[in-house]
Amino acid sequence: MFNKLIAILCLCLPVEALAQSKTTDFMLGNGMQVVVIEDHRAPVVVHMVWYKVGSADEPPGKSGIAHFLEHLMFKKTANLEAGELADTVAAHGGSHNAFTSFDYTGYFQRVAADRLDLMMQMEADRMTGLQLSPDDITVERNVVIEERNQRTESAPGALFNEHLQAALFLNHPYGVPIIGWMHELETLNYDDAMAFYKQHYAPNNAILVVAGDVTPQEVKALAEQYYGVVPANRAVAPRARRQEPPHRAARRVMFRDERVAQPFFARAYLAPERNSGDQRTAAALVYLAELLGGSGATSVLGQALQYDTRQAIYTSAQYSPTSLDHSSFSLVAVPAPEVPLQQIEDAVDATIANFLTHGIDIERFERIKSQFRASEIYAMDNVSGIARRYGAALTRGLTVADVQAWPQIVQSVTPQEVMEIAEQLFDEKASVTGWMMGPREETE
Amino acid sequence: MMRIFILGALLWAGAVQADVSVKTVTSPGGLSAWVLEEPAIPFTALNIMFSGGAALDPPDKRGAAYMMTGLLDEGAGDLDSQAFASAREALSASFSFDVSDDTLSISVRILSENRAEALALLKTALIKPRFDAEAVERVRQQVLSILASNAQDPTDTAQRVWAEQAFGDHAYGASYQGTESSITALTRSDLLAAHQNLLVRDAVSISAVGDITAEELGPILDDLLGDLPAGSALETPPLELDIPAGLTVVDMPTPQSVAIFGHRGIDRADPDFFAAFILNTILGGNGIESRLTAEVREKRGLTYGISTVLLTKDRANVMLGQVASANDRIGAAIEVIRDEWSKLARDGVTAEELQAAQTYLTGAYPLRFDGNSQIARILVGMQRQGLGLDYINTRNARINAVTLSEINRVAARLLQPEALNFVVVGQPTGLKEE
Repeated sequence: MFNKLIAILCLCLPVEALAQSKTTDFMLGNGMQVVVIEDHRAPVVVHMVWYKVGSADEPPGKSGIAHFLEHLMFKKTANLEAGELADTVAAHGGSHNAFTSFDYTGYFQRVAADRLDLMMQMEADRMTGLQLSPDDITVERNVVIEERNQRTESAPGALFNEHLQAALFLNHPYGVPIIGWMHELETLNYDDAMAFYKQHYAPNNAILVVAGDVTPQEVKALAEQYYGVVPANRAVAPRARRQEPPHRAARRVMFRDERVAQPFFARAYLAPERNSGDQRTAAALVYLAELLGGSGATSVLGQALQYDTRQAIYTSAQYSPTSLDHSSFSLVAVPAPEVPLQQIEDAVDATIANFLTHGIDIERFERIKSQFRASEIYAMDNVSGIARRYGAALTRGLTVADVQAWPQIVQSVTPQEVMEIAEQLFDEKASVTGWMMGPREETE
Repeated sequence: MMRIFILGALLWAGAVQADVSVKTVTSPGGLSAWVLEEPAIPFTALNIMFSGGAALDPPDKRGAAYMMTGLLDEGAGDLDSQAFASAREALSASFSFDVSDDTLSISVRILSENRAEALALLKTALIKPRFDAEAVERVRQQVLSILASNAQDPTDTAQRVWAEQAFGDHAYGASYQGTESSITALTRSDLLAAHQNLLVRDAVSISAVGDITAEELGPILDDLLGDLPAGSALETPPLELDIPAGLTVVDMPTPQSVAIFGHRGIDRADPDFFAAFILNTILGGNGIESRLTAEVREKRGLTYGISTVLLTKDRANVMLGQVASANDRIGAAIEVIRDEWSKLARDGVTAEELQAAQTYLTGAYPLRFDGNSQIARILVGMQRQGLGLDYINTRNARINAVTLSEINRVAARLLQPEALNFVVVGQPTGLKEE
């Protein structure tokens, strides 16, 4: 219930794993990949199109264009008036939305299963048929500016995260915020949006995920009818992003904002991610995050800082295994009143050093392993969540086979593997340390 | 003697139909519950909701229910906080405890393979929480940290000030999370008192969805809840609603202002409630499709999000809205909101708008019944609101029965542009306090 504390730092998404639902996948002639996940408990379907393009694929100086375009995708198209897609979904009792990350942009609708054809018709239409006007740009850019105001400028924690992320990545575009820097966001124009759209929105750069009360046969027939006729786009190029050079110096972010009531300490390390056919290291890091900071009452950091010495009121470790390029592993500690940030930083470092010396509590390791297994059972209750796993993995270079192998790989990780990756991970030179400070905190 | 009634509820929305065969169970000990058997996945979602929440805190003990609820899984029976957490992790169960002004609710997911052990652990949290000094101090520091952060958050601040102005000295007028001074002063006996007041057997609504049968559930409930003290929750004191109209600015150094606005609402039992519900959907309830979103966001780009809600609390009904705009644009947003409020009160909705809202609401309703956890939440909420099982079948017909003249009569009754109270937090330019 005290999730406000947990929301303080979110460089990473929660652990992903896979429930074994009945899944079928195939390819359309134009290169569009299709995944069908069956769940016949309720007459509902989730229809998602994921494009293999995100904010980390933006041209320099145009930060925010991927997300801005996501907003503009609800405007007029060859066959739809502005807002008509939203109106139509609502008229059928459905819900819909869209999302942009570093690695992907996705659009989804959740409707009664027998309305799937209509959703496909509209989604296929806007894949290449967008017809923007200058007015759309002006008004919607203001909406996105207000979105940045709301999510970032009004939230010192978000500004701090932005700086931490920017300092962690020396060269890779993961250092640029998804929503864009304000000064660049303010200048995005029609040409920027259309150029990005024409280069990246095409069936051969998209993945269709349909989950719910459907059969692969009916999805295939509809997908061929609506998406199969959209020509492949030769302009779609393999993603080639600027990569990180060797990290040779630890960095510090000393962030002060008069709106900060609760100071805290954060540390982020560059970390490996899941790769196709090579997911064990990432699976071991998932354990490491849970062991160090999964639950305040039982984790290494929680026990040491919240219980034994009571220097902290909250601790956590976070790692998101699924990413196209480098991921990050982060530690957070919120000090108890009167505990200086330097003291909490030293305590975190000492706790990690102690962990590296003394190793893993095997009983706790086994409990975590069985929780990961149980989370697969609970995950089956939410077919939209399963659909998101596939979209989020397939847009990041993983295959359906990788997604399906992941839970077993997680179950097969050994404590030795976790300790081996821990030894490599905590390299000070590949880290950023952040102090989030209010008006009163002292820096020495 | 256990009684089970089976009521097949069939949801219709044009061609859509969701078969929700909910059964009602009365346990040998007299506890009643709603059950939906869904054995496909080997776990059960169990929801337990007590009537009576943080509004029962004594005036100088605001936050007692909140802190007590946060301590339920911080040590119980023979287990201290860490041992309890380890035991729960070993069972891979999830327990979530939440309190609001009017209710205390418990949402649980338990695996079929260790259901009995998980329920036994949950029972200790409900019946024998320890409130150890160590845990109380640790959680107190967490709550104080949350309060300090909330005080710097524009949205939290706007909501708090709006509630203070609307509800005055009533418990609703102060945050259920308490204040720095009330939380600092709370003692273990205050927490025990809150526990004794809120977790009472006759105040409970229960739903279970998943890999469990009605026959199994009855004895489980007696075992889980039978040892709670008998009796109903205390009554929340009544409230004479007297919301001032006007506009208050709370200075906060932030580039974007947040505004909370609203006035008196409508009771759930009022014969006009369904018309009001549709009206709110059209004005600001249905996100992107609403009039306010069209006018404030889509046409003018003044905000990322604007919405309104009919809030029905036990002792007060209010209609509330929220918007956030840059400091130099919030004035324009407020002007549009006032205009739309007046226009809708005066001219009502069109036949097309009414029909679109009815189609949306009736089509969306069956889609809600998706997933064990989600269905369990809906079922417990229905019981708490005093709705019968037949509500699942009759709700859409009641939405469709609302006529244009009815909704427009209700628009004139409900929407009072001159009664709107705005609380704006930020550094807005060109706004005058009223």
